[in-house]
Amino acid sequence: MSLFYQFVFYVFGLVAVVSACIFVTRKSPVAAALWLVNVMFSLSALYILLDAQFIGAIQVLVYAGAIMVVFLFVIMLLNLGQPGQLVDTRGVLPWLGSGGVAIVVLAAVLVRLPRIEAVDALQLPPETLEVATRAAGAVAPVATPLFTTYLLAFEVTSVLLLVAVVGAVVLGRRRGEMMGGGGHGRGELVGADEVLVHGR
Amino acid sequence: MVAESLFFSAVLFAVGVIGVLTRRNAIIIFMCVELMLNAVNLSFIAFSRLYGFAGQVFVIFVMTVAAAEAAVGLAIIIAIFRHRQTVNMTAINLLKG
Repeated sequence: MSLFYQFVFYVFGLVAVVSACIFVTRKSPVAAALWLVNVMFSLSALYILLDAQFIGAIQVLVYAGAIMVVFLFVIMLLNLGQPGQLVDTRGVLPWLGSGGVAIVVLAAVLVRLPRIEAVDALQLPPETLEVATRAAGAVAPVATPLFTTYLLAFEVTSVLLLVAVVGAVVLGRRRGEMMGGGGHGRGELVGADEVLVHGR
Repeated sequence: MVAESLFFSAVLFAVGVIGVLTRRNAIIIFMCVELMLNAVNLSFIAFSRLYGFAGQVFVIFVMTVAAAEAAVGLAIIIAIFRHRQTVNMTAINLLKG
């Protein structure tokens, strides 16, 4: 474990934590989203440092590239107003509660940290991931269990995505708008926003 | 480096919890949930160094679920905004009884 490796690792970890703290405290949703993108880039660097190169690339593509763009798109679509007009944080009690949660988590981690030891019987010999990556590339060692051991879960995931697409289209529709451009009337599908508000 | 990764993961998760508990903007609460998912992903990657590639496969599943969740959740937020003209969670209390 070279010193340079450790230095880079700590730098990206600190960038991720600091960006996350800034992200939580921003008033403007756009600024918050951009700081969250920063967190995700740093996490992608950490993944690559931890010998998960494929996941690092996927992190940039899917999270920073797709999910956050959708978030920014929705923020700009909604036209929430100026950041100064957004009264955003809650009262004192949630701050105290969440601060307590954070302190307990950090204390627990700091107390446990020197004693974190993996179960030896399960642990792989060191450098296993590096050896596998060098032998078969970065993608094949991840894809092989995905398409053999976890094939059923993978197929169920495709169903999940289908359900999500249908759900997003149904929820995002305007009131009474039919798929084929039909009009509205009793007995037809009502828009989801109408259900949400009028409880029909 | 596994212990340090778990430490960063715990800190990021705690920051996400703080965000969910203290913010009122629905979109920012949603992004905090994404941050918590990312923190868990970091744990998975760290453990995959010890226990093999199954952790990385699991991260792919978590990302898929996060993408599906983002699509549906943002559609719900848009539907709410269309009627209330706000995404402030204190103004949206229909299910409070």
